[in-house]
Amino acid sequence: MLETVIYSLLIGIFVGVSAGYLGSLMVLEKMALVGDALSHVALPGLALGILYNFDPFYGAFAFLFVSAIIIWHVQRVTRISFEALVGAMFTLALSIGILMIRDAEALAEALFGDITQVTLLYSVASVVIAVVAILLTKVIYKKLVLAMISEDLAVSKGIDVAKTNLLYLFLVSLVVAIGIKIVGTLLVGFLVIVPAIAAKNLSSDMFRYSLLSAIFGAVAAFSGILLSSYLNLPPGPMVVFSGIAIFAITIVANWKMQINT
Amino acid sequence: MSTTDKGDYLLKVANLKLTLQNQIILDNVNFNVKKGTTLAILGPNGAGKSVLFRALLNLLPYTGNVEWTEKVKIGYVPQNVAVSDIPLSVKEFLSIGTNKANAENSLSLVKLDDKTILNKRLGVLSGGQLRRVLIAWALVDEPNILFLDEPTNGIDVGSEEPIFLMLNSIKKSKKMTILLITHDIHIVQEYSDYLLALNKCVTFFGKSEEIASLSTQKTIYGEPVCVETLKAGN
Repeated sequence: MLETVIYSLLIGIFVGVSAGYLGSLMVLEKMALVGDALSHVALPGLALGILYNFDPFYGAFAFLFVSAIIIWHVQRVTRISFEALVGAMFTLALSIGILMIRDAEALAEALFGDITQVTLLYSVASVVIAVVAILLTKVIYKKLVLAMISEDLAVSKGIDVAKTNLLYLFLVSLVVAIGIKIVGTLLVGFLVIVPAIAAKNLSSDMFRYSLLSAIFGAVAAFSGILLSSYLNLPPGPMVVFSGIAIFAITIVANWKMQINT
Repeated sequence: MSTTDKGDYLLKVANLKLTLQNQIILDNVNFNVKKGTTLAILGPNGAGKSVLFRALLNLLPYTGNVEWTEKVKIGYVPQNVAVSDIPLSVKEFLSIGTNKANAENSLSLVKLDDKTILNKRLGVLSGGQLRRVLIAWALVDEPNILFLDEPTNGIDVGSEEPIFLMLNSIKKSKKMTILLITHDIHIVQEYSDYLLALNKCVTFFGKSEEIASLSTQKTIYGEPVCVETLKAGN
C-alpha cells in the first residue's frame, strides 16, 4: 500500500507539473473549457481497456488524440469554435463511455481516479511521458504565444501554426491520459485549468506564469493524493480541493497586490 | 519570389490577382517600390490593402508576379494584435523569434529609452507605447523593408504624428524602405513618397504629393464633396 502511495505521489508531481505547464497555454488560448472537456473524451477508451482487459491508458490516449485531431481538423475547415466542437464531442464520448462501463465500481474509478492499482512500471512510464511532454512544449511555447498575439506574425516568421497546434494537442492528450489514472477522467481537466489561472493572478511575465502554473499543478496533485491516501477518499476530488485552495490564496494575494500599488 | 537586378527598384508587382472563397479580392495590381522610399497604400475598408500585405508576405496564395530585386528581410507590424490577456513582458516579447542581442537597441530606435518598460506587461502599455513596441519587434532583426498596417491604429490623434516622425528618422538612418497602409491623407502627404490607392484594383499610383490635386482625389474618391456643397444642401 505504501508503495502505491509513493508511486502515486511521484506520478502526481509529474502529472501536476506537466498539466500545469501545458495548461498555461490552454488558458491563454481561451480554451480552458477545451482542456476540461477534452479529458472526458477519454472515457470510451478507458471503457474499452476495462472491457477487453488491456491498460486503459492506451484506450484513453487513443480516444483523446483521435478526438483532438477530429476537432482540430473540423475547426480548421468549418471555423466553428473549439469550445462548441469539444462540447459536442465530450458529451457524446461521456454518453458512450457510461453505457459501455456497466460496472459501477469501475466507472467510479474511471471518473474519479484510483491510486490503489498504480505499479512501478506505470509510474516510470508516466514520468517519462510527462518529461517528454514538458520538453517538447518548451520548444513550441513561444511559437504558440506569438501565434496567439497574431497568427500572421507567427506565419511571417516561418512558424507552421497548424502543425504546432497539432503537436500541442498531441502533448495535451498524452498528459491528460496519464493524469486520468490518478485524478480520474472527470477531474483531470482541473489540473490543466486551475493551476494556470492561479498563476495568472500572480504573474506579469511569461516565465513566472508558466513556472508558477507548473508548481501549483504539482502542489495540488501531491497534496491532494496525500490527503486522499490519508483520509481513504478518492484522489480526484482531493486534488480539486487542494487546487481550489491554491487558487483562492492567489486571488487574495492578487487583491492585496492591487491595493498596495 | 525571384531575385534579379532592377536598378533602383526593390519590389516590382505585376498583374497580381488574389481570390478568396471564389471572390476576387485583388485584380490586376501593378506597382513598383523604389529603394529607400515610403509607399503609402490608401483605400476604403475592404479594398484589399491588408490582403495585399499578406500576399507580399506569402501568407496568402496569389497569381501574378512579385519580384524582389535583392534579398529582402521584412519587418511586419500587423493592424491587430491580441496582447491584453497574455502575461508577457516587453522583454520577453522582443525575444520571440528574433535576435535577442538587438532588442534594447531597437527600443531606442523607437524612442522608448526608459528601460523600465522592458519589465512591463504588454497588456498595460498605452496604445502609443504598444505600437512602438510592435515596431521595435519588427526592427529587431534589422530588416531592410518595413510593412506597417495602420501603425497608429487605435491611438489618439496627438500621438500619431510622433510615431510617423520616428518612422521617418528610422527610414533615413537605416536607409529602409517602408510600405504603409493608412486611411489618412495628411499622413500620405507628409510622410510618404509614393501613393498606391486601392479598391480591389489600383485606382491611382504615383507621387504622394499628387493627392493634393483635385483630379487625383476625383480618381481615388469619385467627385470631391466640398464644404460649400454641404452647406448649400442644408
